[in-house]
Amino acid sequence: MNVAGDGIRVIDEPSPGDRLHLVDLTKRFGDVVAVDHLDLVVEPGSFVAFLGPSGCGKTTTLRMIGGLEQPTSGRVWLGDTDITDLKPYRRPVNTVFQNYALFPHLDIDANVAFGLRRTGVKGAELRRRVDEMLELVQLPGYGRRRVPELSGGQQQRVALARALVNHPKMLLLDEPLGALDLKLRRQMQIELKRIQTDVRITFVHVTHDQEEAMTMADTIAVMNSGRIEQLGGPVELYERPATEFVANFLGQSNLLKGTVTGTDGDRRTVSVGDRRIVVPADRVPAGGDGVLVGVRPEKITIEHAGGPDRGDGGAVAGGNVLEGTLVDVSFTGVSTQYLVALPWNAEVMVFAQNLQVDERLQPGAPVRLLWAPEHTFALCPGTAAAPRDDAAAPDPPVAVTPGRIADVVRDG
Amino acid sequence: MAASTTARRTGAAPAATTAPGDAGRSLRRLWRAVTHNLVLFWSALTLLYLFLPVFVVVAFSFNDNRGRFNFTWQGFSLKSWLDPCGAPGICPAMVRSVQIAALATIAATALGTLIAFALVRHRFTGRTPTNFLIFLPMATPEVVMGSSLLALFLNLGVQRGFGTILIGHILFNVSFVVVTVKARLQSMDARLEEAAMDLYANEWATFRRVTLPLVTPGIIAAALLAFALSFDDFIITNFNSGNTITFPMFVWGAAQRGIPPQVNVMGTAVFVIAVAGMVIARLVRGRR
Amino acid sequence: MSGTGARRWLPYLLLLPGGLWLFVFFVVPMLTLASTSLQEGSLQSGYVLTWRIANYTEAVTAFREQFLRSFGYAGIATLLALVIGYPLAYVIAFRAGRWRNVLLLLVIAPFFTSFLIRTLAWKIILSDTGWVVGALKTVGVLPDNGRLLATSAAVVAGITYNFLPFMILPLYASLERIDPRYVEAAQDLYANAFTAFWRVTWPLSLPGVVAGTLLTFIPAAGDFVNVRFLGTPSQSMIGTVIDSRFLVVLDYPTAAALSFLLMLAILVLVVAYVRRAGTEELV
Repeated sequence: MNVAGDGIRVIDEPSPGDRLHLVDLTKRFGDVVAVDHLDLVVEPGSFVAFLGPSGCGKTTTLRMIGGLEQPTSGRVWLGDTDITDLKPYRRPVNTVFQNYALFPHLDIDANVAFGLRRTGVKGAELRRRVDEMLELVQLPGYGRRRVPELSGGQQQRVALARALVNHPKMLLLDEPLGALDLKLRRQMQIELKRIQTDVRITFVHVTHDQEEAMTMADTIAVMNSGRIEQLGGPVELYERPATEFVANFLGQSNLLKGTVTGTDGDRRTVSVGDRRIVVPADRVPAGGDGVLVGVRPEKITIEHAGGPDRGDGGAVAGGNVLEGTLVDVSFTGVSTQYLVALPWNAEVMVFAQNLQVDERLQPGAPVRLLWAPEHTFALCPGTAAAPRDDAAAPDPPVAVTPGRIADVVRDG
Repeated sequence: MAASTTARRTGAAPAATTAPGDAGRSLRRLWRAVTHNLVLFWSALTLLYLFLPVFVVVAFSFNDNRGRFNFTWQGFSLKSWLDPCGAPGICPAMVRSVQIAALATIAATALGTLIAFALVRHRFTGRTPTNFLIFLPMATPEVVMGSSLLALFLNLGVQRGFGTILIGHILFNVSFVVVTVKARLQSMDARLEEAAMDLYANEWATFRRVTLPLVTPGIIAAALLAFALSFDDFIITNFNSGNTITFPMFVWGAAQRGIPPQVNVMGTAVFVIAVAGMVIARLVRGRR
Repeated sequence: MSGTGARRWLPYLLLLPGGLWLFVFFVVPMLTLASTSLQEGSLQSGYVLTWRIANYTEAVTAFREQFLRSFGYAGIATLLALVIGYPLAYVIAFRAGRWRNVLLLLVIAPFFTSFLIRTLAWKIILSDTGWVVGALKTVGVLPDNGRLLATSAAVVAGITYNFLPFMILPLYASLERIDPRYVEAAQDLYANAFTAFWRVTWPLSLPGVVAGTLLTFIPAAGDFVNVRFLGTPSQSMIGTVIDSRFLVVLDYPTAAALSFLLMLAILVLVVAYVRRAGTEELV
């Protein structure tokens, strides 16, 4: 994309009046609750991703924002306007559909011009804006072509152009990259992010691909069973998952059952098996003493238990240590994955970069696992599927703002 | 298809390297080749069977016919082609058939398309009985449909003629139109209409700019089918025509009195026009 | 989208004109047919509804032969059409490649000539002096004084021919939907060509077989054109009787009884057949 800054100045600065506010939004299909009392604030100009497995309610939420689905209860506000009962064509919001939904009977020009024509834009103005937009998505001169003549990636760009050309206050993207192959998808992720930074429109993106969400969004709402499990920036979600579901859905986590046994300044000790693990106090949830202690596989250093210290005693001193038996070793190219069985009925996964490989690390070998307390987090067990009490007071809305990692106030 | 799977099949089976295995395999290959071609051969024969009467119809339109019946070949002649209306009453019958078919097509396509939209796009109580009511005329033999209409007209004392033929033709065409348009509507991606709504098209603009253009091929197909069915209908017409003579009625009558070669001329002309129309339609669609 | 008042009434509004047409000119005539079939009287004195069930028993007794012949001929013709049409539908669906559309056009094209004219052409082809009869006599299949025209064989052949596309097109439609990889998978799992066909292709094409046989059988059972052109009165079918009772003899009650019986018989057959074949959704 070489047109950064060109042709996109037409789009207004985000104004605070374009804040999206979902209030206690619920959608039921028969007995199935697709979206369950959802509250969310999206600040203008931010890039939010709804991330979750299929059936978690993310697409339904998006469709309710776009007006394609009517909520069972709750309201949708855009700035000071309640748009809940507005028809889709009355909302200043456009959608990039899954599989694009380009009109097969119209050429590319007519597809892009469709929304403008409906809003009364004509003649030279129409021409200019369509051309400008085709240029922005790197398809200049493609206007006369028909939809089937374009590749998947090109169709994706047309769908984007068709939505953006209307200067919506918000762009909704429903798994927009799902139909592309991996390489193209990566490329489009970067482009989408760039376009969003340029046009400064709020993007609400739905995906089940955690990497896609982390690459593009400033804020990710991890959804499960119709509710937002956790909301935050990619780094925050990864480093400090709030629930078991989030810990497992974003990357891999080792989660070990333990009990909080004591406090040492700004640290807590948790006994796991016959060992003590140190966790920063602000990463331990308030409440019961039974917790799950988590650590990401790539944060752990693995070494042979019989051998001499490898010299990074710094990590060991005051760090967390576990001992176990190596069960499985698999080489994946960028890293080697070790599966370690702990003396009690638990296993730990370790990803190690292939810098120096200790030949003794073969299945059956006794090993020592070391990691820093800062890389440790603790969760309340079973927070993923806790049924919600409908009678309870509605949760305060969680706020999404661009460039800032939002505070997580859910369940607070 | 068969060749590639053969390779995989033998690859998956335990390798037979002995001579009898090879012989068995080549025997099997021979058998497969025979059966393979048998299907093609059978299909070619079927096509020939389908076209045999057409060849005869075309050939006998050039027959230098003498006498009342055009049943034996007496030599090549263009006389019937140069005088297509030469048989008394044939051209008025033809015109009448085209008129009835055109009117029946317009009415049946309109009625059927509305029903198809209701059935596909709306959930309402009474869908199942409606579906059954659409299905029934297609499961009813034409004699029954024709004679029941006749019974109605007899009981009401309605004079049979152009109007009663038209009523019957619209009736049997509605179901076919519903089924054809319904299929097209069902195969349409609902997201296209959502996309239109998302792009500021209200209900009417969505229908006018997206739904209708996308369903039009189905409606055209339904209309062509209706026209063909109506134009060629004999049995229902036979019960309700009174003294009005459509082209099939003319042929029916002529079959007792003697068939002029102009019947074959008309049959051939209709055949050529219809086939040419289909080929042109396909070429035009292919180019777009 | 929420159902507003207008939207709730819209489907009924769309249904109204077509539904009314079907009601007035299909349902009402069927009832009229039923009532006519229970009338008594004569053309001169007029027919009066007396609920005379005997019309039915008399009609069946008098025309049992034609009824049986109709269903017999239609059954044989349907079976023949299936045997003749299935391979062609199969070839168009799986082997035709880019010729698919051409072949489909070829299947439909003969039916652009009028039904009656096509049947009359068969009269020429099967005529006593024609080359088909000549060839069969030479080969010895037909005796020297044998003929094809005016026999049951000619009538069945004509019916088979006329309704063959109603068999081929639904067969093609359901065969075309079968993923060729199913057959490949079957062959990969040690099925030979025949087993693969019998265990995979054929069961998957059954909806087409059901639709095709119904679409062939129903018009075949009611046909009277083929008998008129290719047969003799001794091959007459139930359609012939209904036609002549209504339009020539003007014995409306008997004709209506026969017509109504044919309708009922077909309905019973269709329902039983569809139940057995297990394909409910035909429309």
